Amino acid sequence: MRTLAVAARVLAQLRRDPRTIALIVGVPMLLETLLKEIFADRPIVFQHVGAPLLGLFPFVTMFLVTSITMLRERTTGTLERLMASPLRKLDLLAGYGLAFAAVAMVQAAAVSALAFGALGLEVSGPKEVVTILAVANAVLGTALGLFVSAFAQTEFQAVQFMPAMVFPQMLLCGLLVDRGSMATWLRWISDALPLTYAYDALAHTATDTFDGRFSADVAVVTGCILLALGLGAATLRRRTP
Amino acid sequence: MRGGAVVLPDLSCEVAAGAVTGLLGPSGSGKSTLLRAVVGVQRVTGGTIDVLGLPAGSPPLRARVGYMTQAPSVYGDLTVRENLRFFARVLGLPASAVAKAIDDVALGDFADRVVTRLSGGQRTRVSLAAALVGEPELLVLDEPTVGLDPLLRRDLWELFHELAAAGKTLLVSSHVMDEADRCDALLLLRDGKLLAQDTPAAIRAQTGAEQLDEAFLRLVER
Repeated sequence: MRTLAVAARVLAQLRRDPRTIALIVGVPMLLETLLKEIFADRPIVFQHVGAPLLGLFPFVTMFLVTSITMLRERTTGTLERLMASPLRKLDLLAGYGLAFAAVAMVQAAAVSALAFGALGLEVSGPKEVVTILAVANAVLGTALGLFVSAFAQTEFQAVQFMPAMVFPQMLLCGLLVDRGSMATWLRWISDALPLTYAYDALAHTATDTFDGRFSADVAVVTGCILLALGLGAATLRRRTP
Repeated sequence: MRGGAVVLPDLSCEVAAGAVTGLLGPSGSGKSTLLRAVVGVQRVTGGTIDVLGLPAGSPPLRARVGYMTQAPSVYGDLTVRENLRFFARVLGLPASAVAKAIDDVALGDFADRVVTRLSGGQRTRVSLAAALVGEPELLVLDEPTVGLDPLLRRDLWELFHELAAAGKTLLVSSHVMDEADRCDALLLLRDGKLLAQDTPAAIRAQTGAEQLDEAFLRLVER
């Protein structure tokens, strides 16, 4: 009940900001189109990275939106008010997760429609799995965003956490370079990053190879969501200095 | 302790139930820290605080204590009504609780306006309404009348006394001495030390001062 109250409130705040919603939905559509166009003479590249990218956009977007929203909650005193109220930390975290998962669903549905429709993206596996994975990645982004917002004092810092947390994962996850051709130490780092598994699950969907690796990927991503939510809960203190 | 500094080294006081107690002192005297400790959001390194018979900050108190932070802590991008509806739902209350709180702070005409479009004083009142919404037994209000026009300030003090008459306990901080006279009891705080705790009349008698700010000065210099 209280979880739903938080989710409804977060969505109401977003609704007041149509420009942000337009950006959340429009920017990945633009990027997906650009990706198709820059590789117009090598369509195989778009077919290869189109679906993984579609699944990873929500991670980036929701990471950013969540870390800023939560930072505002911390700096404007509303978090202090909530910590003095009967609201449980889990209600707050789950409420955020729920709200941004809903937004991610809209985002993923719109970008999927464009990519699988007008842009002619094809995957061997079921397209719905790409969308579901996109939403799971959005929740992962939300959970990590909640966590890192504790380490930012200003919105400038919060924004900088995005390239710091997201770009290395994007470079190392196997999207740009096959992990097999990376130096061993890079692969080790890659093994420790959640986006590697998120990407791998998407790649398996694209090639319709649902083997044990796919299940393991999904399990790791789920585990990372729970871990990040747990870490986020640890940064929410009822009592502060 | 607040921000690594000892703020209230040795302080002992009581707040009477069913009355308005004013916590007065200059800014930086430790008022907010004391109020935060009463509400249970301040990390306390020593000492005990009992609130309504329970240790401050214990879970059963969270629905029984209303807290208004010093800076208006409401969501700027929501309307007055949306804000209060959210805080009501957090307390497990129906939407009907919202109308009364909006009425109490006289924001009926602005109920559907987004908070960032309100004046500073109106925002303060939204924040106050959010503390009132659950009709808590104890209201801890950190400078609730800052920046309000005198008429509205009078109305709010009347509201505070109505609430006290209905059995609620109010602990209200202020740094303006002219509000001291509106309180049933006073806690005078300076540099984290309690200069006096008594009724305004008793403090006047004790210091021989006509005005309470004069009494405050005499207590400091004593």
